[in-house]
Formats: sequence, structure tokens, C-alpha cells
Amino acid sequence: MVYLTRKIEFSASHLYHNPAMSAEENKRVFGKCNNPHGHGHNYTLEVTVAGEPDPVTGMVLDLKELKEILEREIMQRMDHRFLNYEVEELKGQIPTCENIARVIWKLLEPKINQGRLYKVRLYESPDLFAECYRNGAGQE
Amino acid sequence: MSDELKIELGRRYRFAASHRLHSEKLNEEENNRLYGKCNNPYGHGHNYVVEVRVSGPVDPATGMVANLADLDAFVEREVIEAFDLKSFNEDVAEFREQVPTTENVCIEIFQRLRRFQKAKLERVRVEETANNAFEYTGGENKDRTAVQ
Repeated sequence: MVYLTRKIEFSASHLYHNPAMSAEENKRVFGKCNNPHGHGHNYTLEVTVAGEPDPVTGMVLDLKELKEILEREIMQRMDHRFLNYEVEELKGQIPTCENIARVIWKLLEPKINQGRLYKVRLYESPDLFAECYRNGAGQE
Repeated sequence: MSDELKIELGRRYRFAASHRLHSEKLNEEENNRLYGKCNNPYGHGHNYVVEVRVSGPVDPATGMVANLADLDAFVEREVIEAFDLKSFNEDVAEFREQVPTTENVCIEIFQRLRRFQKAKLERVRVEETANNAFEYTGGENKDRTAVQ
């Protein structure tokens, strides 16, 4: 098995606010991230696909194709967007790293037909990331 | 299908500390041969990076595996305050009789952080320098990986 990872970067803004909680509670749980005007990050996304190289092409999947999938599914949806208001798949969810990583997994998994999606790692900053994978897939 | 997905949160922290690699079980010459420069009696220091990975269900109310403020406060208290700008050999009780290699430091950090109540500790990675990293997942066999 070979694990292939492609990295992309996008910039987006978000805020953490749960309408089911009071203003004070939101402030207490989310702190600065509750600022009503939002704030932004440079996100780094690492997408790992697992598979055996094709005997003819030597590829797990065509990187050009993966690049196009990431452009279409992630960049066009999230780059320079306000995640709370502009990303349909995040509506009703707090756009934390954990939730964004899971949304990205769900967007990408059905689109990757050569090899299989193995891991999505999303960095909100160099010191904070969330990782999403199938339970039982095992971590290298 | 969504409940089959596992989410881990990763957070990186930094501290600086000194150590001396010296085993009481070896003689002077053997210590010198085994540890080389790291056996210098005055010790030496590193800027360590600790990467902590926790997992658990994502709370629908907060979107979080664990509130970062809770995790940060716990790591700060259990690890950073205990190790930052300290000598492992002189200032940390666990290393009075144990050689403070980064393997052992990694295991010690894991033992301290596994008491975190709000998520499951999956893995601790300690980078001693940009070129040396150690990971520990708490397995019974103390499985760990040295990444060159």
C-alpha cells in the first residue's frame, strides 16, 4: 500500500457561536472565537489517499485529478469565504477544525475513485489541527 | 456512516529544558562511549516541541473534541510548568533515577497527560530538535517510533 498526500492552503474566516446558548455562555465556552465579526485563518489541508500503484501508470491516482477535485470541492467552496455563512455543508454546525475536517472528508470521499481516501488533516495554524479518518483504518 | 469517522485534535506546545544522558548502571567509560557529547557532566539543552493528540466524540453544541482552553491549561500545568527552563536531571523527580532521553521524556509526558479527563489521549510526539522526533501511544509494549 502506498499513501499519497497532497497539500493545499486556503484562507477563510469564521466565528464560534451556538444560538442555543446564552450570550454569556457563548463567551465563556468560545472566548475570543465568539467575536461577532469573526476572524480568519490560513488553513493548510493535507489529503492522504491510500492505494496500490497502477502497473501501467505507476500512480495511485493521477495527481492532476486530485488537484482538480481539491480545487472544485474545497478551494471554490471555502477559499476567501466566511465559513459560517457561505458554506452550505457547515450550516448549523460550529466551524471548528474538527467539524471542517469532517465536512471535507464527506465532500472528498465520494469523489476519489482511484485508491481510497485515507486521512484528512486540517491545520488552522501550525500548532492546531484536526485529523479525520475511518475508525479502524489504523494510524501509520 | 458518519459515526465510523474518527476525529483527532492535535496541538503543539513548546518548552526548553536541559538534560544530561548518564546511566548509573554504567561506568564512566561506558557512559562516555554510549552517550558521547550528551554525557557532558554540565548537561546541555534543547527547545522541545510536544505534539499532543486527543480523540473523542465531537460535541454538537461546541463542535469540539475537547475545549482548547481546557487542554491548554492541563498541558501547561502538567508539562510546561514542570519542565520549561528546568533541568530534567535535577528538577524533575521522575528523572532522578531514569535517564532523561527523549524516549523517556515522551513516555513521562504521556503518563502525565493520560489523566486528562475531557478526551482520550491518543499519542504524544516529542521533537527534541528539528531532526529527532519520538512518538508514544501508551501501548502495553510501550510501542514507540523513532522518526529519523
